[in-house]
Amino acid sequence: MEKTALFNYILGIADNNLILGQGLGELCGHGPNLETDIALTNIALDLFGQTRSYYQYAAKLSAIHKTEDDVAYLRKEREYKNVLLVEQPNTHFGYVIARQYLFDVFNYLFVEKLQHSKDETLSAIAKKAIKEVSYHKRFSGDWVKRLGDGTEESNQKMQEAIDGLWQYTNELFEMTEADEIALKAGIGVNLSELKEAYYKEVSEVLKEATLTIPENPYFQKGGKQGIHTEHMGYILADLQYMQRTYPNMTW
Amino acid sequence: MKKNWPLWEVFVRSKNGLEHRHFGSLHAADAEMALENARDVYTRRNEGVSIWVVESKYITASNPADNGELFEPAKDKVYRHPTFYNLPDEVKHM
Repeated sequence: MEKTALFNYILGIADNNLILGQGLGELCGHGPNLETDIALTNIALDLFGQTRSYYQYAAKLSAIHKTEDDVAYLRKEREYKNVLLVEQPNTHFGYVIARQYLFDVFNYLFVEKLQHSKDETLSAIAKKAIKEVSYHKRFSGDWVKRLGDGTEESNQKMQEAIDGLWQYTNELFEMTEADEIALKAGIGVNLSELKEAYYKEVSEVLKEATLTIPENPYFQKGGKQGIHTEHMGYILADLQYMQRTYPNMTW
Repeated sequence: MKKNWPLWEVFVRSKNGLEHRHFGSLHAADAEMALENARDVYTRRNEGVSIWVVESKYITASNPADNGELFEPAKDKVYRHPTFYNLPDEVKHM
């Protein structure tokens, strides 16, 4: 597979982890209680760990970006390929959980398939990540059920979050040009094939959580092409500040 | 939070063959959440192979005021401990 296409394909995976991890990182020290705070930060760290492996690989393929940090910190907003779902804000705990769960179910299905990639590096990263991703889904899924099937207030807030974020789910399965090329090369995952299993699993959990499955007339998309929502600029401002202000700084 | 979740005690078996040891405590709404929280708080760095959680209220503790009658009489009876045996180096975890 040609280098630029593979580079783009890797970013399509890794940017989701980076941006979602950054959103969770914002909650460090602000979780609803100590245990949940630690759990969310752990998930953020898992995601950063995975994304580092992807970026290290991407940096090897790129002529412009020399290190993983360049890839993570020195791109412009339009060059980030994450889906819109992961850049949605931490409006309240219900949103944090809904965003996490709606992503985790997809991510689990995706990483499961990526293990069989013909690209040895991607396959190795996926094999390492699958257990973490599986735990993320368990954690967020349990919380969806707890809040949905909890008190009247928690149910209403969880429903509000699911309703608000549902419009971003369909983009997860959109095949970009890089996805198509990677699929043909036996490296990539066929995202459209994951869709049925995804909505089936999510619907079952929502039902168990006594939540209503939203019926959206249309879905938002654009993140994969670099067209982001208004929240993305703020995330990148936080994320990139140090490298932009003190170029090449290290710990 | 007006009402705190109940407190749970966490016991972790660090490897097979060893007993579960008390690691600490945490808050959780129920047993399942207590297990998940224990995983996140205590066993994320490869510390264990098994976790027990028990709600703290089910633990009956001795009263420090009773320490005299409970523990003092044993102090001058060294022969109650198997300290006069030489342990072979191969025996670990005694």
